[in-house]
Amino acid sequence: MEDLTFHHRVRARARGVRTSAVVGVVASGNLEVLAERIEPETECVLEIRTAAVGFGEVWGAVIADFVERYSPGGLRLSINDGGARPDTVSLRLAQAVRSMEGEE
Amino acid sequence: MNAMRLQMTGSTGPDRKVSWYEASARTRTRLLLDAGSFLEFLGPELREVSPHLELFDLPEQFDDGIVVGQGRIDGAPVFVAAQEGRFMGGAFGEVHGAKLTGLLRAARDLKSIPVLILFDTGGVRLQEANAGELAIAEIMRAVIEARTAGAAVVGLIGGRSGCYGGGGLTAACCSALAVSEQGRIAVSGPEVIETNRGVEEFDSHDHALVWRTMGGKHRRLLGASELFVDDTVQDFRAAAIELLRSAGQFGIDTLHAEQSRLEDRLRRFGACHDAYDVWAAAGVQEPRSIPALPADEFIALADALGKVRRDAR
Repeated sequence: MEDLTFHHRVRARARGVRTSAVVGVVASGNLEVLAERIEPETECVLEIRTAAVGFGEVWGAVIADFVERYSPGGLRLSINDGGARPDTVSLRLAQAVRSMEGEE
Repeated sequence: MNAMRLQMTGSTGPDRKVSWYEASARTRTRLLLDAGSFLEFLGPELREVSPHLELFDLPEQFDDGIVVGQGRIDGAPVFVAAQEGRFMGGAFGEVHGAKLTGLLRAARDLKSIPVLILFDTGGVRLQEANAGELAIAEIMRAVIEARTAGAAVVGLIGGRSGCYGGGGLTAACCSALAVSEQGRIAVSGPEVIETNRGVEEFDSHDHALVWRTMGGKHRRLLGASELFVDDTVQDFRAAAIELLRSAGQFGIDTLHAEQSRLEDRLRRFGACHDAYDVWAAAGVQEPRSIPALPADEFIALADALGKVRRDAR
């Protein structure tokens, strides 16, 4: 297992009022994302535990792209990963942010 | 909850036509219950993860593969536990099991709130086998204690991991079961049997054999499952409501009735070598047509042959 943490400063807070949401399931090639609205509104923190060791650079690129596109200010995104591909990770992150826009 | 939101939910309503088999534990729970009524206990944000998986360098899941909580179904309060069959095959680990045990003990103590268990499990998680086996023992005891106290425990089975191992044992302790065609119920799985007894005993690659030996249709015809349902959340919801309404008191009379029911089953089917023989003995005219029969036709046929006794279990 490998633990990775990414801190980003973001331009706007994530939309919605939900305080937490979880999407996805930990399985081979899949991951779960737990989103919590507990960070300052100009920041986003991602904590990753992954079964696939040695892909820190790829994670960094996927997350930088995600932060740029979705501006998830105020969110902490905790990920348990079963070796998902980058495109799956991107979709799950987008799904997590979208879930936070829903009703409480 | 404000009136506007209630109105919005009422006008469109949740989409309960979705496949139970394909849905996640969270989706099943949300759609099974009355809209917006679910309150989760020990949710993922509390991170009550397995204390064992890290030792094996395996990823954890924040809810340890089971969602537990309280909600309403058809207006009545109910406890719910839903296993996530995609996380480690829905297997019982220490935390996973403790969450279900705690829920059942709450039902026991409150006496009046029944429990729905959405089984989706291969059995005990091998990486925490001792803790998992202990959890199964605790869960079975808690099921019986809840039922003795007056809280019905109903199992719903139609997930991708089926209901195997300790899940199969626990299901057999429940007040009643509803199963879909995909919902296999057994203790030893096909590969376990083949490994231990040889391919002549059971060929785990023969999928037709697996389904007709362990699948929902066979379990309904045997009387091991009270209801057979089509693979939609709506059908499981209707079955859950019916089984909760019809669950009787549990006591020594129930166990005597169950003993006589099992003796009768052994007398009628004990000499059968294959599910086809069982179905023929049960009165099915064309046993080989059963696997391909659509759900509604199968339900009509099974009900015509006889409803499952409700005084036993």
